[in-house]
Amino acid sequence: MEFAFTGDQLAFRDAVRDLLAKECPPSVVRAAWTNADGRSGDGRSGGGAWLALGAMGVLGALVPESANGLGLTELDVVLLAEETGRAALPEPFVEHVFVGAPLVFADHPGVVTGELTVTAGDPLIPWAGSADVLVRLDPDPAVALGRGAKLDLLTSVDGSRRLARLIDATDARPLTRAELSLAFWRGNLGYSAQLLGLARQMLDLTVAYTVDRKQFGAPIGSFQAIKHQLANVRIGIEFAAPLVYRAAHSLAVGDSGAAVHVSMAKAQAAGVATNAARTALQCHGAIGYSYEYDLHLWMKRAWALASTWGDAAWHRERVARAILDVTNETGEQK
Amino acid sequence: MDLTWSPSEQQFRAEVRAWLAANVPPEPLPSGDTKAGFALHLEWERKLFDARWAVVSWPEESGGRGASLWEWLIFEEEYYRAGAPQRVTQNGIFLLAPTIFEFGTPAQQDRYLPTMASGEESWCQGWSEPDAGSDLAGIRSTATRDPSAGGWRLNGQKTWTTRGAFCTHLFGLFRTDPSAERHRGLTYFLVPLDTPGVTVRGFGRLDGDEGFAEVFFEDALVTDDLVLGGVDQGWSVAMATTGSERGLTLRSPGRFLATAERLVALARERGADAIDGSVRGRVAQAYIDAEAYQLQTLQTVTRVTAGDPPGAESSLTKVFWSELDVSLHETALDLLGAEAELESAWMKGYEFALSGPIYAGTNEIQRNVIAERVLGLPRK
Repeated sequence: MEFAFTGDQLAFRDAVRDLLAKECPPSVVRAAWTNADGRSGDGRSGGGAWLALGAMGVLGALVPESANGLGLTELDVVLLAEETGRAALPEPFVEHVFVGAPLVFADHPGVVTGELTVTAGDPLIPWAGSADVLVRLDPDPAVALGRGAKLDLLTSVDGSRRLARLIDATDARPLTRAELSLAFWRGNLGYSAQLLGLARQMLDLTVAYTVDRKQFGAPIGSFQAIKHQLANVRIGIEFAAPLVYRAAHSLAVGDSGAAVHVSMAKAQAAGVATNAARTALQCHGAIGYSYEYDLHLWMKRAWALASTWGDAAWHRERVARAILDVTNETGEQK
Repeated sequence: MDLTWSPSEQQFRAEVRAWLAANVPPEPLPSGDTKAGFALHLEWERKLFDARWAVVSWPEESGGRGASLWEWLIFEEEYYRAGAPQRVTQNGIFLLAPTIFEFGTPAQQDRYLPTMASGEESWCQGWSEPDAGSDLAGIRSTATRDPSAGGWRLNGQKTWTTRGAFCTHLFGLFRTDPSAERHRGLTYFLVPLDTPGVTVRGFGRLDGDEGFAEVFFEDALVTDDLVLGGVDQGWSVAMATTGSERGLTLRSPGRFLATAERLVALARERGADAIDGSVRGRVAQAYIDAEAYQLQTLQTVTRVTAGDPPGAESSLTKVFWSELDVSLHETALDLLGAEAELESAWMKGYEFALSGPIYAGTNEIQRNVIAERVLGLPRK
């Protein structure tokens, strides 16, 4: 029994953290809200952090080595997703690395380096307009080419997540049941990890602010009313992280409970991140409510990811059905 | 990451399970927080001790098995899964014993550990006073040196002492230097409750059982060899005990996993489909939290085994398990509907769970510790 990451896994995480600190500061996240494609390259499709991650091999991390990927497992990349959440990276990271690339690398080898971008949605597809390959999990699970696809564009509360519904794709191939299932659980694992990273970042931001901000002649972080709220967020993170890491392990080793473990992780991480967002806003006060202040960039990403691919209540119901052995399936396909 | 148990750990689990299956009383014992029930629980403790299951993590020469932390977790999982009796000796074996192992003289270790493990002597914790609960450093009970008698005279009052009316001994903090800063000048004493000048009065807890006591000291004489960890060193010695109380050694994941399993069984019994969706969601959430607590413990034990001792993080754990225990029981009572008001194991368990956020340092105190020592927020 050893519940810990290896030195290599932690070093990989640190390398990605350093890369994102350089390539994806808050100014890049903010710029993505108003640029052409909502991504980190400031209008140049796939520039900035994306190319840097590609150069590091991260974008093909789950692609087999025989196809020039890194041949890694979910356990090796879960911490990387957490870092992209911490940075609120405006890129289809989970959709590409966890979901799309392992599905389409044979037909589209460019996804391994990031030269081509693949994204995925269930049913709303983020960054669909700038992607080369689209994966739709629902309805009619399929892989389609980005170019020529008919998209219904939608506006997310997170201005960087350029959403679309895939309306029509003449060049689509259907996903097999097994492909769909793996894609769905891997994607939810990735989102869980990103939500965890978002929660950590919002907590860190708020701790720094409440240490600094003085009212009544004292740092507001010295008041118990603030301390207890932030302590609750910290407790939440402490007891969400192991569920996320266990889910990664279960997928990596093919544990028969993997799907339920991912649902546990997503339910917990979604709850923690939305609570972190709410608490961060309240403890910041009016400055946090200001559009010019960066907090809302993290909050809105947390809201988006908490509800996408099954919200906390949906995943809790999955867990309930598994542990209570409920037989009347609702027709859910995944 | 390796989430499997080794063959020897599996063997250990099988051995624990087999022994418990053959020995756990088929009918639950009466509450260990009553006089009669306490005596029956001590018989059970003796049985555990004779089979060397009372203190598995202690060295063999003290009656244990030298079990690793991993094996201890396994033991606890099996113990609670089997529905075995509450451990009325827990304040001794889980709270005092680690402190004696760390701070006790060899003579104290030889004198107190074996009788504690066998249940021959039983220990209660004498910390809280009428005017010092959360503010532990505010205690007023004193110990004054009496050179002519060759010891210390204890005076003052302790209260809310769990099972104080049934135990033979008390470990507690007394002020030995009234002029010192309040966290200094305290001394940790080991006190036989039959010492002349000590009076114990039991009183009822929330559930009506006589599980509480107040203990009065009037010039009670204790000898020098009853000081644990040095005169005026009581605060740091006591903090070592709170580390155990808040963290790993008192509340292993096994007990909450077992409660979560019983909650799931209750939900099934009630007909999972018939249950309101929101209550079903809470059953799932409580189950998820019990697993989260177990996994977090595995993470902690991995770190501790690698030589990284837990610190203020134990406060995160204490808040989480105590609130988890409340929500497990609240959810069960909601499943019971109108039957919730009936006397039952769930209601009894709920009443007990409600003490969790209060004892071992209230959760408000824990949240202060988390904010200041884990997050680094300013004290003032």
